[in-house]
Amino acid sequence: MSTVSETTHDSAVAMSAPPSPDDGLPAAELARKYGLAVSGARPPLGEYTRQLWARRHFILAFSRAKLTAQYSKAKLGQVWQVATPLLNATVYFLIFGLLMQQSKGMGIRTYIPFLVTGIFVFTFTQSSAMAGVRAISGNLGLVRALHFPRAALPISFALQQLQQLLYSMVVLFLFLLGFGHTPALSWLLIVPVLVLQFCFNTGLALILARAGSKTPDLAQLLPFVTRTWMYASGVMYSLVDALEKAKAPGWVVDVLSANPAAVYIDLMRWSLIENHSRIHLPPHVWSLALGWALVFGIGGFVYFWKAEEQYGRG
Amino acid sequence: MAEQNPTGAPAAPSGPRVPTVIADDVHIVYRVYGGNTGRGSATAALNRLVRRKPGAGVREVHAVKGVSFTAYRGEAIGLIGSNGSGKSTLLKAIAGLLPAERGKVYTDGQPSLLGVNAAMMNDLTGEKNVMLGGLAMGMSREQIRERYQGIVDFSGINEKGDFITLPMRTYSSGMAARLRFSIAAAKDHDVLMIDEALATGDRSFQKRSEARIRELRKEAGTVFLVSHNNRSIRDTCDRVLWLEHGQLLMDGPTEEVVRAYEKETAR
Repeated sequence: MSTVSETTHDSAVAMSAPPSPDDGLPAAELARKYGLAVSGARPPLGEYTRQLWARRHFILAFSRAKLTAQYSKAKLGQVWQVATPLLNATVYFLIFGLLMQQSKGMGIRTYIPFLVTGIFVFTFTQSSAMAGVRAISGNLGLVRALHFPRAALPISFALQQLQQLLYSMVVLFLFLLGFGHTPALSWLLIVPVLVLQFCFNTGLALILARAGSKTPDLAQLLPFVTRTWMYASGVMYSLVDALEKAKAPGWVVDVLSANPAAVYIDLMRWSLIENHSRIHLPPHVWSLALGWALVFGIGGFVYFWKAEEQYGRG
Repeated sequence: MAEQNPTGAPAAPSGPRVPTVIADDVHIVYRVYGGNTGRGSATAALNRLVRRKPGAGVREVHAVKGVSFTAYRGEAIGLIGSNGSGKSTLLKAIAGLLPAERGKVYTDGQPSLLGVNAAMMNDLTGEKNVMLGGLAMGMSREQIRERYQGIVDFSGINEKGDFITLPMRTYSSGMAARLRFSIAAAKDHDVLMIDEALATGDRSFQKRSEARIRELRKEAGTVFLVSHNNRSIRDTCDRVLWLEHGQLLMDGPTEEVVRAYEKETAR
């Protein structure tokens, strides 16, 4: 009786686990034998870039979806894409142009486009930074559910801000025409400026995304940093004029006007506004614009990639 | 009761057993900010910071403690255990979405978690969400267009009218869950992991999704299923891992483990 049960027992074991040469093999060797890879390992930089390129449609679709979702509950819907910057610019016109008559010696015809350009261009960088710092920490659900190169998130957010800026540019053109500026060939220069600024913003978003995923507190701190940055970049006044009036030493003027926000704002104003003798371009401004874009764009990407396998940990 | 089954999994349908997932002593630790005990005021937080108490403001949750197993091609493995026993966390680690604190997970190809809901946006129409969800899972635009009708038909969203062109926030929770499952199941997976997906939807949808899981299992390597529904575990799985307190309590054929689990939970 016992022999019978033993044989059936043995045969059952033999059936469920046929003798295999793999028995007793350590996990790492077993994995190597069947070509298994460590789950969630960071791919090399070239492979990572290729994976990211393969996800370009997702990046674009995600940024568009975020943009449209913003106003989907409003009755006017996507009209708000243009209406929001238009109202913003109108408020600045009412306060600075009509109420305070503050044209900083430029005349209202130059000052309002000058101001609106500064605000729109700076907002582009500022909101990319803000979106970047929350790109990972605010999307942990997505990061913990699906596989994709994580850089897709900050890049997508920067792209969303770029599309937002394009709507704002429509408003800016309306203001320029309204204040009697005629379209000139130099307006085309905004295209390279926007490309360079977008590279810079994306790099900044990538850097902040990594920092923000480790230290979520940065999201609280960042508004103060960007506000200081705004005043140091001459968004509402001519930076050089203001510094000269305050008798700032020459190197301060040089350093502040070489900061990336000031560089992109100056280039944009210089391209769009005629009669801008008051708008000083710092020396080597195009090289600065290119340099900031490359240093932040490439540096930010590599910096972000280095912690790829860590995103998603709480 | 807490016996380990050293023989492991039941036999794969045929041929030599090829491992697809190897978990080697996996530990997972969550770090939670703001989960500290004590008074929640600003002064108390500052006090902790100044006194440099260990781990000021951070608490560690050791969710999975040293789990090892090997999964083979063709297996459907169920994960059972009480709430908070680490089932979902373990799945995320296998998918490579949560980095392991210690130990390693080796996988064949890219395991995917059936968790497309995270990429979807309630303010967008179902139509756009199919596109977005598919892209997020790594499908190409052509693939999604090809399978679009199949996804919509499978979800049954349009059975009650043209709902797919409405924003997802107007869907009932059952409808949304059906659409999510349909999108996620539209892709071919090497290793597929399903977290409680079958609990949603009405009876006819549950039947359809179980059939779809069996299909996926045939096409692809290995299926993991987390569920509190022992019936659906019995219907779909041939091996079960029982987790409790982040540790592997039992690993063996479905009937054996589920019966032991039922005996334990019935008390």
